[in-house]
Amino acid sequence: MVGPAKSNLSISIGNLNLKNPVMVASGTFGYAEEFKDFMDLTKLGAIVTKTITLKARHGNLAPRTCETPAGMLNSIGLENPGIDKFIQDKLPFLKKLAIPVIVSIAAEESPDEFIALVKQLDKLDEVSAIELNISCPNLQKDKLISQDAQDTFALVSAVRKLTRKCLITKLSPNVISIAEIALAAQNAGSDAVALINTLGGMSIDVHKRIPRLGAWVGGLSGPAIRPVAVKMVWEAYNKIKIPIIGMGGIMDTESALEFFIAGATAISVGTANFINPRVSLEIICGLKQYLADNSIQNLSNLTGRLKACKD
Amino acid sequence: MKTVQVQAKIISNKRFKENYWHLEFESAIIAKNALPGQFVNIKVGKGLEPLLRRPISIHAVGGVKVKLFYQAVGIGTQILSQRKSGELLDIIGALGSGFNYHRMAQAKKVENILVAGGMGVAPLFFLAQRLASPRMGSALPRAFRPRSLRRCAARNDTIVLIGAKTKKQVLCEQEFKKLGCTLKLATDDGSLGFKGKVTDLLKDILDQHKPAGLFSCGPHSMLKVVSEIARENKINAQLSLEEHMACGLGACLGCAVSTKGGYKRVCKDGPVFSSEELIW
Repeated sequence: MVGPAKSNLSISIGNLNLKNPVMVASGTFGYAEEFKDFMDLTKLGAIVTKTITLKARHGNLAPRTCETPAGMLNSIGLENPGIDKFIQDKLPFLKKLAIPVIVSIAAEESPDEFIALVKQLDKLDEVSAIELNISCPNLQKDKLISQDAQDTFALVSAVRKLTRKCLITKLSPNVISIAEIALAAQNAGSDAVALINTLGGMSIDVHKRIPRLGAWVGGLSGPAIRPVAVKMVWEAYNKIKIPIIGMGGIMDTESALEFFIAGATAISVGTANFINPRVSLEIICGLKQYLADNSIQNLSNLTGRLKACKD
Repeated sequence: MKTVQVQAKIISNKRFKENYWHLEFESAIIAKNALPGQFVNIKVGKGLEPLLRRPISIHAVGGVKVKLFYQAVGIGTQILSQRKSGELLDIIGALGSGFNYHRMAQAKKVENILVAGGMGVAPLFFLAQRLASPRMGSALPRAFRPRSLRRCAARNDTIVLIGAKTKKQVLCEQEFKKLGCTLKLATDDGSLGFKGKVTDLLKDILDQHKPAGLFSCGPHSMLKVVSEIARENKINAQLSLEEHMACGLGACLGCAVSTKGGYKRVCKDGPVFSSEELIW
């Protein structure tokens, strides 16, 4: 449906229709209630929740965050109340907003936990889509599911059989070929891929000679990782047909636009939420303006429209 | 109570001494809502360096003005110290839980003890300000306030213990004096007041009598000792903690502290915690 506005920001991901392509990234927006004082949450394209596991998780030792040049490291460790408490305590507020809610989920030990989680979420009308977080770097695993194409294919295939809800697979940048992993997710029936999760990182206090994070290592986010993320979106776009949700260091409209041009259908704002809670709404306005200024009617006409340098 | 993001005008930003600074900004809404123990989160500069906001506790409130007291030690506070009066500062506040001091209004004893280590004076001064002024117990209509409390406006029953490494690091003693607080000082080298730890002063006082409230802010190691002393004396202390924060809004779960009820967020569930609930 084309809205009354001259520039149309609406997009589709599988069976999920969004009025605009700006989401908030998992883990950077809590369960949305934390941001209600600062903005009209109903203006967002969608909200992606903090990742939920089957059982409650306490998370990692402090310190859990540390600032780095143009970025930050985190090693939160998926602290969350578990699926039952999430449905009971957090979901009612999200439901009231009447905008698409994407629930991010992860497994602690066995991929079977994804099966149990999806079965439970599939029954809930207020859940619009499910994001499979198979790329969290803070679970002290030797290998993540999204670091192996076969493992990614197997997991997504198994989950796909259980739900008709929109499935988004979130990928790790800590791989040799992001395109290969994205293709595996597509072939297994994922409706979209979200990339990138954080880059593995470490920072050291040289005076005390100790790591700056309690968990020693964590995930790097913020503008420092943006060029890596843009390249990976572009690489995946050239290989797959399903929509890409681009993220990694988006701070403003201009950085969001880089992702669309590289091949993203939608974007997620992450670390920037910590610095300016209203930034997502500013980006929505900025995108409208850009389309108007460049006489582009639909945002979808911008996705992947990267020109060669000599054009 | 609504938390706001404002572009607040800097009224003044002056060096107090060495690398200690006073910053005053104007925000009617933050000034009105702020509670002792709460903090504001400031985007100190325009660029990416530093990327994150800086949480700074509220030092005092007067009218529409909010005063901060900070030490320019890292890149964030150094940039903040360069900001000029008249400029706008991107501030989110007031954040976090405050000290629970209204409860004391109903207690018979109104004497409160504040224990500060180094920069720990910053939030405790705001608390002393409220304890000293008739606004204390503002949750109660004046007629319902205990007689002892009405008297409190004229006679300040707050005892403030300040500890520091040397005389140079003893801060705000004049300000506390002006409020009429009883002041006791301790320095590690004995250059001012008692030679030793501020927590030794606390032990001595508690041996004599029990206060209505015990509040503390300072280095982690000091708070741990205050917590132990409180437990030995079977009283509860309210401790203001500090931790690295990414969002300051309770969303990222970065500033976790271990409590008997599991991990809690320093930014949202705190920064003030009861000594009885913390696990050291």
